Amino acid sequence: MEIVERLLKGDAGAAARLISMAEDEDPRAVKALSALHAHTGKAQIIGVTGPPGAGKSTVIDQAVKVYRKKGCKVGILAIDPTSPFTGGAILGDRIRMQQHSTDPGVFIRSMGTRGWTGGLSKGTASAIKILDALGMDPIIVETVGAGQSEVEIVRSAHSVLIVEVPGLGDDIQAFKAGILEIGDVFVVNKADREGADKAVAELRAMLETCQEPRAWAPPVLKASARDGAGIGEVVDALDSHFAFIKQSGAKDLKDRASAEREFMEVLRDRLAKYITEKVVRKGEFDALVERILRRQLDPYSAAEKLLEPIEKGK
Amino acid sequence: MERKIRVLIAKPGLDGHDRGAKVVARALRDAGFEVIYTGLHQTPEQIVSTAVQEDVDAIGLSCLSGAHMTLFPRVVELLRERGADDIIVSGGGIVPEEDVPKLKTAGIAAVFGPGTPLKDIVEFHKKALRKR
Ligand SMILES: Nc1nc2c(ncn2[C@@H]2O[C@H](COP(=O)(O)OP(=O)(O)OP(=O)(O)O)[C@@H](O)[C@H]2O)c(=O)[nH]1
Ligand SMILES: [Mg+2]
Repeated sequence: MEIVERLLKGDAGAAARLISMAEDEDPRAVKALSALHAHTGKAQIIGVTGPPGAGKSTVIDQAVKVYRKKGCKVGILAIDPTSPFTGGAILGDRIRMQQHSTDPGVFIRSMGTRGWTGGLSKGTASAIKILDALGMDPIIVETVGAGQSEVEIVRSAHSVLIVEVPGLGDDIQAFKAGILEIGDVFVVNKADREGADKAVAELRAMLETCQEPRAWAPPVLKASARDGAGIGEVVDALDSHFAFIKQSGAKDLKDRASAEREFMEVLRDRLAKYITEKVVRKGEFDALVERILRRQLDPYSAAEKLLEPIEKGK
Repeated sequence: MERKIRVLIAKPGLDGHDRGAKVVARALRDAGFEVIYTGLHQTPEQIVSTAVQEDVDAIGLSCLSGAHMTLFPRVVELLRERGADDIIVSGGGIVPEEDVPKLKTAGIAAVFGPGTPLKDIVEFHKKALRKR
C-alpha cells in the first residue's frame, strides 16, 4: 500500500491521513494498520493527565524541548472531549506547543474523544501505532483527568505523568485518590505560585498512606512549565521509570496485556460485524425476535442456533 | 462511521485580536465540526505544518493587521508545495472590498468580512470535505 510505504519513509502527511482514516473507521485503515503492526512496539508511551488547566500542555511543550535536545523524535496526541450534543469539539492544546509545529522531529495531533466515554478515543490506540511506525519515541498522550479516562490512559501507557497544581484543597481528594494509584511520576506545576512546597509535601504524604509500598516509588517533583524550570527532572524521572519497568519485567507484562486487549477488541468488532451483516441485515434477527416475543423460542437457544456456523468452523 | 470535518482556525500576523476567530471556532464546533485552534501570531509555515499534521479539510484564516494580501496567499502557496492544496482556505477579518478578487485569484476560496452571518461560514464549511 502506497500510504504505508510513505509513512515508513517518514512522511508526516501519510501518518496524518492514516490517523484520520482510523478515527473515521475507514475500512482502508484496517489494511494499513495490519501492514504497520510489524513496525510498532518500539516507543515509550507516556500518558499525561491531571485537572483542567493544570498546565499539561505546557509541561509537554517544555518536555519536548528536552527530548529534542537528546535527539529523540516526539509524537504527541492531545485529546479533548467531544460534545455529546453536537459531536463537535474545540481542540486547543496545540496553542501551548506551537514552537514545535515546524520541527520535522515533532508530530502533534489533536483528537476528540468522539463519544468514547473512556476518555481515550478508539482512534487513539491506532494513532499511537501510527506514530510508533513513523519512528516517534516517546509518544506522549495528553488527556484531561476526569474519572474514567485516567484508567484508560494507564492501560495504554508505559509511564503515567500526573500534573497537579498548588492549592487544590480538600475538595479534590476523591480525584486525587483515583490518580494516586495510576501515577508513576507526579509533578506540581506552577511552582512559581504560592503553596507548591506544601502541595508536594501533601502529595508525598498521601502517596505514603494510600499506596502499598512498591518497588517503584513515584517521585513528586516541582516545576514551573511556563519558564521550563524543573522539566529536565521530569523527563529524567520518566526515563528512569521506563528503565525500571524494562528491567523489572513490568513492561513485558504491560505490553502483553495491551496485545491481549487489542486482539480481543478486534475479535469483538469482527463478531459484531458478522452479526450485523449476516444476521440482522438478512432479516433473520427480526424473525427470531418475533418468535422470542411470542415465547416460541428463548434468546439463549436462538443465539446458539445463529452462532452455530461460527462454532462449527473452529 | 461518518467522516468528521476538521477545520483549522488560525491567526497569522501580528494583531492580538482573536475574538472573531474564537466566535467562528465555537460556531463550527456547535455545528459538529472538530476545530483545531492554535492561537495568535502564527506564521504561514506554522499554519501549513499544523494543517498537514492535523489532516484538516479546511483552514480559516483571520487577520486584522492588514497583512492579509501577503499572508493569505503565502499559506496557499505553501500548501501547494506540500501537495496539500486540496485543503480549502478561507479568510476573514478586515479585508477591503477591492482585495477580495485578488485573494480569490490567489486561491482563497472565500472571504468573510465583518458581519458575515455565522451560518454562512458554517454552510460553506459543510462542503469542505476533502477527497481521500
Ligand atoms: N503561573 C504559571 N502558569 C502556568 C504554568 N504552566 C502553565 N501555566 C498556564 O496555565 C494555563 C493552562 O495551561 P495549559 O498547559 O493549557 O494547561 P492544560 O492542563 O493543558 O489545560 P487543558 O488541556 O485545558 O486541561 C495557561 O494559561 C498556561 O500559560 C506555570 O508553570 N506557571
Ligand atoms: Mg491541554
